Amino acid sequence: MRHAHTLAVLLCGSLFGLGLSVSTMTHPEVVLDFLLFRDLGLLLVLVGAIGMALLAYQLGPRLMQKPWLADKFSAHQSQADTRTLIGAAIFGLGWGISGVCPGPAITGLGVGNWPMLYVLAGIAVGAYVQGRWFPPR
Amino acid sequence: MSELFPQGYAHYLAGGLMIGAGVGLLFLLTGLIGGMSSVFSSTWSYVSKVPYFQAPRYLRSRRWRLVYAAGLILGGLLYLGLSGETFQTHVSAWRLMVGGLLIGFGARLGKGCTAGHGICGLASLQWPSLLAVMVFLSTAIGIAHLMRWLGVA
Repeated sequence: MRHAHTLAVLLCGSLFGLGLSVSTMTHPEVVLDFLLFRDLGLLLVLVGAIGMALLAYQLGPRLMQKPWLADKFSAHQSQADTRTLIGAAIFGLGWGISGVCPGPAITGLGVGNWPMLYVLAGIAVGAYVQGRWFPPR
Repeated sequence: MSELFPQGYAHYLAGGLMIGAGVGLLFLLTGLIGGMSSVFSSTWSYVSKVPYFQAPRYLRSRRWRLVYAAGLILGGLLYLGLSGETFQTHVSAWRLMVGGLLIGFGARLGKGCTAGHGICGLASLQWPSLLAVMVFLSTAIGIAHLMRWLGVA
């Protein structure tokens, strides 16, 4: 059971990474072209991804008692508070400066995009600073 | 059409469907919500005693989040193997590093990135995530245009 669970997580991650590679989201240049309105492809990626996830998130709990390999479905909870909005604004600045976000930064290593190591180092330090000095009260 | 999508559109849509299939299957198989920024906090729990990183939700999820991240790398490798296409970005190192710092800090403060709020949050019909997506899209578009206007390389 535990091994099946781990394998399932690994395979779903691989599908995610394959999709990021196929859609060239692992190329910061393509993301920057979207942000500069030169190529709207990223919108199609989002539409496709949200569409599939929406089906699973909405239909899964209605049609199944529980997930195949676990006891319960988790729920995504987000709050519209100041931290979320300030965090999103800062995240957007980083995304717009680099053309990278966390998924493509990790996947980039698989396609040999070594400069992504700069981004990963930055994200790790940024996440540490948040947890160390700006934890929620 | 070709003006909006100079590189074509099929690979964008196909890739997006695969990403969504990965996130969706993860949910149907394990019930987990597959955002991608939490791993950068949960992994710190292995080496740091800082209370925030030792929170139960990070201790509970740190293992599968690392496996999920390893899956992403595997997916990239699979693509490399199938297509033979490797790729290195020409975006300058300082932009990648400064961008990374802001991404890590901002995504963790705001509890979500393009995957967490953009895909998982919107697919969960969480309106605060929609708000977050609109905010980060705006600041990203704004800074990208500003940097082009200033001629920053």
